[in-house]
Amino acid sequence: MDFSPITFIASSFAMLLFLLALTPFLRLNQRLLITIGFSLTTIASLLATIAGIWAVSSGIPYQVIVPLGLPDLPFHLRLDLLSGFFLVVVGLLSFFVSIYSIGYVKGYLGHRSITSLVVFYALFLAGMLLVVLADDAFFFLISWEMMAAASYFLVLFEDEKIENRRAAFLYLVVAHVGAIAILLSFGIMAGLATGFTGFGSYTFDAMRETELPVGWASVAFLLAFFGFSAKAGVIPLHVWLPEAHPVAPSNVSALMSGVMLKTAIYGIVRVVFDLIGVFPWWWGALVLVFGLVSAVMGVLYALMQHDLKRLLAYHSVENIGIILIGIGLAMIFTSFDMSLLAALALIAGLYHTLNHAMFKGLLFMGAGAVLQATHERNMEEMGGLIRYMPWTAVLFLIGCISISALPPFNGFVSEWLTYQAFLLSPALPSPLLNLLIPLGAALLALTSALAAACFVKAFGVTFLGHQRGQHQGQVHEVRWSMRIGMLLAALTCLVLGVMPTFMIKWMDPIAEDLVGGTIAASASGFGWMWLTPIAAERASYSAPIAFLGILSVVVATYLLLHTRPGAIRRVPLWDCGFEKITNRMQYTATSFAMPLRRIFGYLFNIKEHVRQLPPATHPSFPERLHYHLKVRDRFWGWLYQPVVDASFWLSRRIGRMQHGHIQVYLIYSFVTIVVLLIFLR
Amino acid sequence: MNPFIIEILQIVLLLALAPLFAGWVKMVKCWIQGRTSPSLFQPYRDIRKLLSKDVILAENASWIFRFTPYLVFGVSVMAGGIIPMLSIDLPFSATADVIALVALFAIARFFTALAGMDIGTAFGGMGSSREMTIASLAEPAMLMAVFAVSLVGKSTSLSQIVLVISQGHSLLRPSLVFALLAFILIALAETGRVPVDNPATHLELTMIHEAMILEYSGRHLALIEWAGMMKLFLFVVLGIASFFPWGIAMNDDLTAIASAFPILLLKLGFVGAALVLIETGMAKMRIFRITEFLGTAFLFATLGMLSYFMLE
Repeated sequence: MDFSPITFIASSFAMLLFLLALTPFLRLNQRLLITIGFSLTTIASLLATIAGIWAVSSGIPYQVIVPLGLPDLPFHLRLDLLSGFFLVVVGLLSFFVSIYSIGYVKGYLGHRSITSLVVFYALFLAGMLLVVLADDAFFFLISWEMMAAASYFLVLFEDEKIENRRAAFLYLVVAHVGAIAILLSFGIMAGLATGFTGFGSYTFDAMRETELPVGWASVAFLLAFFGFSAKAGVIPLHVWLPEAHPVAPSNVSALMSGVMLKTAIYGIVRVVFDLIGVFPWWWGALVLVFGLVSAVMGVLYALMQHDLKRLLAYHSVENIGIILIGIGLAMIFTSFDMSLLAALALIAGLYHTLNHAMFKGLLFMGAGAVLQATHERNMEEMGGLIRYMPWTAVLFLIGCISISALPPFNGFVSEWLTYQAFLLSPALPSPLLNLLIPLGAALLALTSALAAACFVKAFGVTFLGHQRGQHQGQVHEVRWSMRIGMLLAALTCLVLGVMPTFMIKWMDPIAEDLVGGTIAASASGFGWMWLTPIAAERASYSAPIAFLGILSVVVATYLLLHTRPGAIRRVPLWDCGFEKITNRMQYTATSFAMPLRRIFGYLFNIKEHVRQLPPATHPSFPERLHYHLKVRDRFWGWLYQPVVDASFWLSRRIGRMQHGHIQVYLIYSFVTIVVLLIFLR
Repeated sequence: MNPFIIEILQIVLLLALAPLFAGWVKMVKCWIQGRTSPSLFQPYRDIRKLLSKDVILAENASWIFRFTPYLVFGVSVMAGGIIPMLSIDLPFSATADVIALVALFAIARFFTALAGMDIGTAFGGMGSSREMTIASLAEPAMLMAVFAVSLVGKSTSLSQIVLVISQGHSLLRPSLVFALLAFILIALAETGRVPVDNPATHLELTMIHEAMILEYSGRHLALIEWAGMMKLFLFVVLGIASFFPWGIAMNDDLTAIASAFPILLLKLGFVGAALVLIETGMAKMRIFRITEFLGTAFLFATLGMLSYFMLE
C-alpha cells in the first residue's frame, strides 16, 4: 500500500469506527470510556490534521471511490488542496478540544451518563471530516446531515432543561431549511450538467466541467449561499446560533463555533470558485454586503450579552462576517480578472478561518472551564476569577487579545491582510463598488474596535475586580488536561500571529488553484520576518520585530526601575478616599456596555424599566431600585415572529378540519381519491 | 549617518521631548488663561519624583495591573521608532505600517482598560467603559483618515507616505484636507484633550482616562504619565509627518537631519499653541455628545476617501 495522505485520513476514520465499536463494552465504566474515547478522537483528529497538511504541501489531489451507498451511486471522495486546508482547520481544533474533553467531560461523572456524548462527538467529528472530503452531491449531503444530526443530539445533551430542547429544535429547523436549499442548488448544477434524466452527473467532477448559463448559475449560487449561510449563522439567518451554542456542553460549543461553521465557508468557496468558476461581480458584492452586516451586527449584539457563552456565540456571527468579507472581495476581484488581489483577499479570508477556529475554540474552552468551576454562565455573578484560576485567566486573555485583532496575535494578521485587500483595490470599473469598498473598510474598522470593547468587558467582568457571586469560596483551577488543551490553542494563536509568512507560503497553492494568483513570492520577499503582501513600499508588517521590540522595552524598563529596591506596599483600595466600597459597586457587564447601548440603541429592541421599591421616605433617597433590562434581536421580530405566527394561524385553520367524526374523515379520503383520479390518470 | 543611530536618536528625542512638549502646552495655556505658569521643565520633575517614590498597591491588584504600565510604556517607545520624526530612513519603519500603528495603540488601551477594571472600584470600571466606547468610535474614524492619506500616498507605510506627500507639494488635495480635519478631531479624542476629556481634572463625573489610572502610584504612575505625554507627542508627530512632512530628511545625510531638528521644534511649538487655542476656546462636552463629535470626524474621513475616488 502506498503511503499517502489517504492512509492518514483512512486510519483516522478507522480510529473513530473503533471507538464506536468499543462504546457498548465500555459504557459500564464511564471514567474509562471518557479516557479511552477522547484519547481515540485526539489521535483521529491528529491524523486528519497530518493528512491535511500533507495534502496541501504536496499539491496533488487524491481521489477515492468507495463502493458504498445505493447501487450504481458509489461515494466519491477527494482530498485536494481546499479539502486539505479545511481538514487542518477541523483536525487541529478537534485535536485540542479532544484533549480538553478528557478533563471537561469528567465534570459530568456522577450526574448523568456520558455515553451518548462520546458517541455523538465521534459521529460529529466524522461528519465534519467527511463533508470536506465528499466529492459528489449525494455523499456531501449525507455527511452534511450526519454532522447536523450528531450536533443536534449534542445540543440536546442536557435535555431536561427546556431552553436546551427549544434551542435544539430551532437549530434542527434552520439546519434543514438550509440543507434543502443546498440540495436544490446541487440539483440545478447536476441537472444542467447532463440533463434531468440520468444520475451520471451527481459528482462534483461533472459539475466542474460544465459551463452553466449565467441565469441558472446565479440561481444555483443564491440557493447555495442561502443554505450555507444558514449553517454559518450569517445575519439574518443567525438566530439559532446564540441559542444552540451556549446550551451545548462547552467542548461541543468549541467545535460547533470553531469549526462546524467553517464547513459552510468551505461549501461557499467550493461551490463558487471550484464548481461554478465563472461568475459576475455582483455575487461578490452580495457576499461582501452580507459579511459586513454580519460583522457589525454580530459584534453589537455580542456587546449586549452578559451570558459568557452567548456573547462568544454572537462573536462567531461577527467573525463569519469577516471571513465572508475576504471571500466576497476575492470574488469581486476574480470577476474582474485581478488574480493577484483575489489571491490576497482569498488568503485573508482563509487565514481568518483558521485563526477564528483557534481563538474561538480557545475562548469556548475557557468559558467551559469557568462554567465548570463556578457553575455559572452569567458574567454578573463572577468576577475576580484571576486569583482562583490563574491558568485559565491567562489563556482566556490570549484568546481575547487574538479575537480583538490586536498584535502580535493571529487575529490581527488576517484582519490586516483584509484591510490591505480593501486598500490595494484600485478604482474598479464600477461606481457602486468604489463606494462600497471604502465604506466596507470603515465598517471592518468599527467591528474590530467594538470587539476590543466587548472583550475588555468579557475579561474584565469575569476575571478581574472583586467576586460578585455567592459560591466563589470553592472555585479552583481546572484539571490539567483542560489546561493543556487551552495552552496548545493559545500557543497556536501566537505562532500564527508571529510567523504569518510561513502560513502564507503554505496556503499559496490553494489560492493559485482557485483564483489563479499567488502572493507568497511578494509576501515574503524580504525574508520570513517581514510580511509584505504586494510590495514592501506598499505595506509591511513585522510581527516578530514588533513583538520582540515591545518585549525588550518592557523587560529593560522593568530591570532599570528595579535597580533601586523600592518597596511595594499592599493597602486597601483608595478610590478617591471612599471607604465603604462593596463588591456591588463595581461596574457590571450591563453598565459597561451602557454607553454603547445608548449610541447604537436603535439597532436593538430594548425594554428598560426602573422601579422604585418602597419604603422611600423621599424620592431622592429610595431604599432600593429595581432595574429591568431586556435587549432582543430585532431580526427575530422582523423575520421570524411573522413566520411563527403565520404557521400557528395556519395550523389553527387546518385544525378546524379535524372534527373527530370518522365519517368526515372518510369523505376527505374519498374526495382526495376522486381528485387524484381526475388529475393524475 | 548610520540609520540605526538615527533610530536611537529618534527614541531618545521622543523620551526627552515628550515631557517638554507637555510642559510647553501647559505653559501656553496658563499664559492665555492669565495664570502664572509652572516651569517648562515641571513634567520632568514630576516624573523624577514619582520614580523615586514607593509603590502603593491595592491589596487585590493582579499581575495585569502591574504589567500594564510597562506595556503601555513599551508600546509608546516602539511607536516612536516607527513614526518618521527627523528622517524617513528608519530601519524599524517597515515593522509596522499605519494600520499596525493604530493597532499598537489599541493594545496599550486594551490593557489600560483592563487595569482600570482590575481593582474593582466604581471609578475604574467607569473609566474603562467610557474609554472603550470613545475608542470604538474614534478608531474607525482614525482608520478612515489613515486610508484617505494612504490612498494619496499609494501605500500604508509611513515612510512612503511622507516621501510621496513631500514630493507632491500639494496639501490642496481635497482628500487630504478632509483627512486632516478628521485627524485633528480624532487626535483630540485619542489623546484625551479638552472637548472630549480633561487631562487636568479629578472631578468624578468628567474624568475618563484619569478614572482608569486613579489607583496607580510611584513608578507605575510615572510610566503611565510619561507614556501619556509620549502619546500626545506621537500623535502630533504623526500629524506632522502625514500632512506637513516638509523638512523631514529623505535620507541619512547628516546636514539634512541637522536641519530637520529645528524645523521639528518649530512645528511642535506651533502645534502646541494651536492645541491650546482649541482647548481654551472649547468647553468639555457631555459624554453622549462625543458621538456627534466623532461622527463628524468619521464623516470628514469618509468624504476624504470618497473625494479621492471621485475627484482625483
